[in-house]
Order: sequence, then structure tokens, then C-alpha cells
Amino acid sequence: MTQQKQLPVLTPRDFESDQPVRWCPRCGDYSILAQVKKVLPTLGIPREKFVFVSGIGCSSRFPYYLNTYGFHGIHGRAPALATGIKVANPDLQVWVITGDGDALSIGGNHLLHVLRRNLDVKVILFNNQIYGLTKGQYSPTSPFGKKTYSTPMGSVDNPVSPLVFALGCEATFIARSVDIDIQHLTYVIERAAKHRGTAFVEVYQDCNVFNSGAFEYAQDRVKKIDNVVYLEHGKPLLFGKDKKKGIRLDRTTMKPEIVDVSKVAPDDLLFHDEKAEEPTLAFLLARMRYPEFPEPLGVLRAIEKPTYDEMVNAQITEAIEKFGPGDLEKLFNSGDTWTV
Amino acid sequence: MSSTIAVDGQSPGADSSRLTEPLESAVIRFCGDSGDGMQVVGGQMTNASAAFGNDISTFPDFPAEIRAPAGTLAGVSAFQLHFSSHDIYTPGDELDALVVMNPAALKTNLNDLKQGGILIVNEDEFDSSNLNKAGYAPGYNPLRDEALLSRYDVHLVPMTRLTRDAVEGLGLSPKEAARCKNFFALGLAYYLYDRDMSTTKEWIRQRYKKNVAYVEANIRALEGGYNYGYSTEKFLKRFQIPRAQLAPGKYRKITGNEATAWGLVAAAHRAGKRLFYSGYPITPASDILHQLSEMKRFGVRTFQAEDEIAAMTATCGAAFAGEIAVTGSSGPGIVLKGEAINLGVMTELPMVIVDVQRGGPSTGLPTKTEQADLLLAMFGRNSDSPVPIVAAASPSDCFAMAQEAVRIAVQFMTPCFLLTDGYIANGSEPWRIPRLHDLPPIVIKHPQGRTVGTNGSNGQTDNGTPPPFLPYQRDERLVRPWAIPGTPGLEHRIGGIEKRDGTGNIDYSPANHQHMTETRHKKIANIADTIPPQEVVGPKSGELLVISWGGTYGAVLAAVQQCLAAGKSVAHAHLRYLNPFPKNLGDIIRNYQKVLIPELNTGQLRLLIRSAFLVDAQGFNKVQGKPFLIREVVARIHQILEAH
Repeated sequence: MTQQKQLPVLTPRDFESDQPVRWCPRCGDYSILAQVKKVLPTLGIPREKFVFVSGIGCSSRFPYYLNTYGFHGIHGRAPALATGIKVANPDLQVWVITGDGDALSIGGNHLLHVLRRNLDVKVILFNNQIYGLTKGQYSPTSPFGKKTYSTPMGSVDNPVSPLVFALGCEATFIARSVDIDIQHLTYVIERAAKHRGTAFVEVYQDCNVFNSGAFEYAQDRVKKIDNVVYLEHGKPLLFGKDKKKGIRLDRTTMKPEIVDVSKVAPDDLLFHDEKAEEPTLAFLLARMRYPEFPEPLGVLRAIEKPTYDEMVNAQITEAIEKFGPGDLEKLFNSGDTWTV
Repeated sequence: MSSTIAVDGQSPGADSSRLTEPLESAVIRFCGDSGDGMQVVGGQMTNASAAFGNDISTFPDFPAEIRAPAGTLAGVSAFQLHFSSHDIYTPGDELDALVVMNPAALKTNLNDLKQGGILIVNEDEFDSSNLNKAGYAPGYNPLRDEALLSRYDVHLVPMTRLTRDAVEGLGLSPKEAARCKNFFALGLAYYLYDRDMSTTKEWIRQRYKKNVAYVEANIRALEGGYNYGYSTEKFLKRFQIPRAQLAPGKYRKITGNEATAWGLVAAAHRAGKRLFYSGYPITPASDILHQLSEMKRFGVRTFQAEDEIAAMTATCGAAFAGEIAVTGSSGPGIVLKGEAINLGVMTELPMVIVDVQRGGPSTGLPTKTEQADLLLAMFGRNSDSPVPIVAAASPSDCFAMAQEAVRIAVQFMTPCFLLTDGYIANGSEPWRIPRLHDLPPIVIKHPQGRTVGTNGSNGQTDNGTPPPFLPYQRDERLVRPWAIPGTPGLEHRIGGIEKRDGTGNIDYSPANHQHMTETRHKKIANIADTIPPQEVVGPKSGELLVISWGGTYGAVLAAVQQCLAAGKSVAHAHLRYLNPFPKNLGDIIRNYQKVLIPELNTGQLRLLIRSAFLVDAQGFNKVQGKPFLIREVVARIHQILEAH
């Protein structure tokens, strides 16, 4: 990118729109908005080049609260909107804000395809395991047996894991964080923003009205110590008080197990490799679920692959280089013609 | 045997023993199994006739199945060509010549051959197995039926055997050899109608350039058919159709889908923009996607989306980003697009939706034509959701109407429908090649960027805060500005929620929704100020006005002209603008005592005309997956004129 004039110094306030934020008090969305506003001015991208796209749901009101270009779309279709925008103008930085219902129920198909294509967009999925805007029905990530207005006897749907889904699509960047874990969330959003290709981030987000406490095990300052494991590239998976617990791979069953760090050789522990092309270990981590295991937070996978928008536009350049720029009159007059 | 006479590029009409009869026009149909290559030879004869200078009109008719079981009625594929020395508007009501490759093709096509017409049959395929597959009674062979032989000018030709003989020595398997028989049939037709074989030979050389044996085999088969006609005594007469008196200019043959694709690229070019086209494969619209995918060096970006919904939504995204954004599909895809078309309506972004209509509800008749999506385009979305609609009248008219759709979309910041149909999409006709600078320019003005943010906090302002950018501030025609991402200082948010005029901020208030609903309607109605007045063929007032739209143009015009020639008081108005209607349409309608609206649906335009003008319009409605015949429309006109 050739930026001729010096970029103005931007602050989070420059990304604030004039619209009042209308989420419920203490909603986890506030924190995500605040961290995004914190990250945007640090990226060295002029404000007019950001486009925030969303679908439908509480999270999808997000674009209205940012003073960037924004498109509040239709339910589940934000990845398709983003595709049109990014292919048309790869110079824009495009973000998709979505929720568990929006991304994985009505929009599951579009999410699949944006991830497999590796379009250069940042996808933040606010996972609160509930339909909030429609007032409390179970979502595709709600746990089995969840009692809601539409499932008074408990849901009989098996939930989908956003990370496992993203891995199945072979997304090039996959991460997870928690709404009120401010520092970690900022770090993950920043990493996503700087990834070239589809960056997929799941954020555990508390809907304190319809699904309060769903992620308490990962939010509570004390409880989370035993319930989450922070991923760091090239480091062993350690968690618990004073990091005395670790994750080891049982090489006969190919399953992870929790071990006492003092009782195993350090090299026996599972080391995190976010750059592994082969997604098998990332898949294994994504399948670690509370309460059997600590749930991984951080960057599961970050690999480099050509992006969709880049390749689409490279074909245009290649065609022009090979055959010259198109000449419509020449085209019209090609083939069999006759003169009257 | 193939080199006994030289026939390239010259007419062997010097042979005085044959009678060459001049004709004004002729209609020929090739039909056979879907694997017999009928579309190929039909297309070749079209090219040869177009290149010669005839007016042409074609009707390819093929099954939905790629290969239905060989020899069955369901697998019959046909290509009809009407070529003429004067203006023609349809592929013809009835056939002068029918080329039949198997019993199933004979059974399904014979009814369209006029009495005394030429019937050329590949008799090799009329064995008991094929006769049985075509459903003929055991022991019955229509080729030995005296009734058939006396009714038509029948020529039984052992095409499969003669083709094999012609390609002998090229090392082809018997199956490969037999596959060349379509070119044998074509050669015979070229002899019969005195066509030049050179364009077809060149096509064969290009098509099979990787296989010398195939080139030689197909050329030998073509010449074999031609020479068979020349050297046997079977064809006592051959025909010549002189060049047509078309308007002066340079011409080429064009199909509707080609014309749509080129029209879209031309419009983007005239607007100084790039074209973004997204689609999902569907018959009969896929050829537009194929055509545009080949046009990358024109800056065209194509996107084969994961589904119709994504194709439409990506179109909204590309429109927001400032491209000439277009999607195309057929009815079953358009219904899925409705949701995102409405997003385009609410966000007031420019985009074109091409609907190449096909027959029937649900999957319906995928390869057959119909014009039954008018009301879908008009009303097929939730709530009050006005969109402009234009419709192409013929294959070449797709070029002009594609440009019009783009023009309306960007001038009025709205989704705009372009309706075509399977008949004109696949059909072809001569097209007078335009000069690029003669095409209408499309003027687009994006608001200019500014250096100060709305919060005035960019650290570079000292001259006060400018008024905020208003994405829904309308001009005198009620059109909002098209500010595109990347423009500094114009950052704004749009979406599907009702919004306040001017600011575009979310606003659910009762009075605002009333105002916005009415404004969206008025804006679309204002398009009428920019469309040409409706024209009428025939007297300016009289007994009957026939109104048509879309691909029925040719048949209805020809029918009205016949009735005018017979002294009837009838006129024709063909609509290319369906929403809004041309401003003078109401006045025109009031000048006639009766109104007839022939349509390939159960009366969709009739419903709109009746409600718009309170006129007791009558219908003529055909839904058989086939276009109107001229005589059908003539008969209906007579019937209405005679009723009192």
C-alpha cells in the first residue's frame, strides 16, 4: 500500500460514532467494542478504509457504534456482504461482527465458504450460547439439554463448537478469548487484525439477561485458573495455580490428559505450535471442553496462505498482462461478421 | 469421393440439371438424441446463414437432462433455424424442412412439419430397438407408412453408414465414426439450401485442433453429406435465400445471454467503472456467468457464490464498495435472492438483477421458456418494496436493456430487474455491431472526500467542524448520494433497518416510516421521467390494442402486422419498461376499444395493466414451455375482433 501523506494520529475516540450504544447494561458486548476501539487506531490504517459488516442479532448492532464505514446486513449473510466488498476493493480492511446464531445457524453456509476461501477479513463471533435479540431461544452453541422458551423440556440438539467448525473449514487463523479478559481480548483482536486471510475469533460473551453466567467458569478470576489454558506459541500447555498442571498427549489413545507438571519430564508436555500446517493438534485442543478439560484461550492456528481477494484480482492482472486490456469494439467485431 | 468437386466458398449452382428455387425464407429443424450434436450443427448453419447475410432467428430446444436414456422421447434435442431475405421476428411457426436422426425425434417433431415439407431421415437408426424406445407399436415402422410418405417430401438416407464410409481409413472406432453423422446431416442441409461450408470447416479445425483425425473426419462427413445431395438424384430441387435488406452496418450473430453479458460490460465501461458479477449456476442463466468469467481483461470480477443468497448479498457488498454490481439467475434462484434484494431496496444501493425466466414453479421446466416472473420481480419481497423492472424484447435487445438496467440502477440508487427468458437467452439473431462511443454514457458522481472527521478530533482541524455527512440526503429526484468506503470524512453506516431520512440513523417512529415508504415509492415512480415514451405500431386509435412484453415481441409484432395487412383495426405496443410504465401508456390504451395482452403466463402483465389503468384487458395465455406461434396470436386477434 502506498500511503503518500502522513497518517493522522488516531485515538479510540475517533472511532466512536454519534449513536448511543443500546445494549443491555453489563452486556459483554461493551467490552468487545471497547477493545476493538482500542486496537483500530494502532493499526496504521486510515479510518476511511475500515468497513464493519454484520448480520442480525445483538452483536450485529456493532457497526452503528463505530465511526467507520459500516453495513448492518441481513441475518447470517455478513460473510457474503464482506466478500462483495473485499473482492471489489481489497484495499479496505473488512471486519465481520457476528453471533452464534447468526454465524452458525442461519449463516453457517456463508461462514463455511468465507473460511475455506481465506478471504482477507476479520470475523469476530460473539458466542453467548443464546438468541438474545429474539428474547431467549436456544442457539446452535447452547449445551445439550438447555432449557429455554423454545425448549421447555431441554434442547435435544447437540451443540456445534465454533473452533472445531473453523478448523474443519481449514481457516488460516483461529483464536478464542473472553469478553471481560481485557488484556487477552485486546491481544487476540490485534493478532486477528494483523493476520492476512480470514481471521476467525470466538469471544465468550456473557448475555446477562437471557443466559447469565454461561461462561462464569472462564470469566471468574478464581475459577478460570483451573478452567482455561492460555496458548502461547512454542510453549507447553500449563494451567492451574502456579501453573502446576499441564496437558500431555497420550500417544496410544491420541487423547489429551491432565498431568501434574512436577511428575513428568518437561518435554513430555504438549507444546503449542500455532504455525502447524497440519490442523490435527489444533483440533485436539479445540475439542477440550469444560469441565473435563481446561478450555484453550489464545491463538490456536495462524498460518499463511494466499487470500481469495488477492488471487481473484491477480487473475485480472494476469489476464491483462497476457492478452492486453480488453477492447470492447474489437470483441464485438471478432468472429464471423458481415457487412450490409 | 470427398474431393470430386470443389465446393469451398463457391456455389456449385452451375449444375443446370437441378432446379434452384429462390425463396424468401425457410425454416429448418435438426432433431435427434441429445448426444447427437444437434445444437452444434444448428448453431453452425445459423453462423453460415448469418455470415451470408440472411436475417436469422433461432430456437434451441433441449431436454433438462444432460443425457436422458439414448433413443427415448425424453432425450430428444432440437435446434430450429429461420433464415430469411426480409425482416423476421420469430424462429417460424412451422417447418419447411425437418432433419431427423432417430425414431424418437421423428415422433416428437413431425407435427411441426408443414404438409409437403422436406423430411430427411437417418434411416439407419430406425431399427426395432429404437422404434420400441420411441414407443411405436411393435412391427410398425413409420418410414414404411404410406400416409407419411404421401404427406411429406421424404428422403431416407443411411447417414450412419455413409458417415462411416466417409471417414474410413482415419483410424476412428466405429462409435467415433458414427458420431460425425451430425455433420453429414449438416452437409446435406447445406447442399439443399446452398450454404457456404467454409465457416463451418474453419470452426471444425479450431474445435478439434488437438486431434487431426477428428478434424478430417468431421470435414469429410460434412462434405460427404453435401456431395450426397449433389450426386444422388434424390434432391431435384434446391433453394436459395438471398441476403436480407437489413439496415446498413456491420453485423454478427448474437444470443440473448451473450448480449446481456456484453451489455453489462459496455455499461460499466460507459460509466467508467468495473463490473462485479456474482451468480450461482442455474439454467438458463449460467452462460452469462461463463461469458463474463472470460472477460477478466476487461476488469470484470466474477464470483461464483456458495448459493443464490450469497450471490445477491455479495452484489449488495460490491455495490456499497462502488462497483457496477450485478447478479443473474432464473426464477428458482430469484426467490432466494428476495431477502438481499430488499436489503438493496432499504440501503438504496445500485445493482442489477438479471432474471432469465424459465418455466413452472419450483424446479419446473428448467430448459423451457416462460415469462412468469413479472409479479415475482414486482412483488416478491416482504413489505412495500418497489423496484424498477425492464425487459428485453429479443436476443439483441438484451444488449440495450442491460445498459438501461445499469443506467436506472446507478441514476436512482436502486436495485433494478432485467427480465429476459430462456427463449431469447438461448435464441440468436443478427446484431448490428455498435460503435462504442455511440452507446449512451452513464454519468456517476460520488461525493468528494473531506479531511475532517465528524468528531472533529483527527488532530488536524482548526477550521471548525463541518456538518456531518448525510448518507440519505436526497436530490430533487429523491436519490441519495453514493459515498464509497475509502473516501475520507464520509464514514457512515447503512443497513436493513428503517432509518431517518437524511442522517440514515435508525428510526422506528410511525411518521418516519410512512415518510420513508412513500419516498421509496416516489423515487421509483420518478424513473418514468427518464424513460422513452411508449411507441405504437399501427393506427394511433382503433378497435384493438395488443400489448406485449419480453420475448413474445417477435411473434406478437408479426401477428399484428399480418392483421394490419389484412385491413384489421389493430395496433401493437410492446413494453420494455414494466415498472414504472412509460408515462403515456394510459393515454395510448384509452385510444382503443379493446385491449389484448398475450403472455406466456396466466396473465401477469394483464393484472398490472388492469389495476393501473382500470381497463378490461383480455388475455391470451400459453404456458407450454414454448414460445407463441404467430398464427396462434393471429387467431386470438381475429376472435376478439369478431366478438361483439
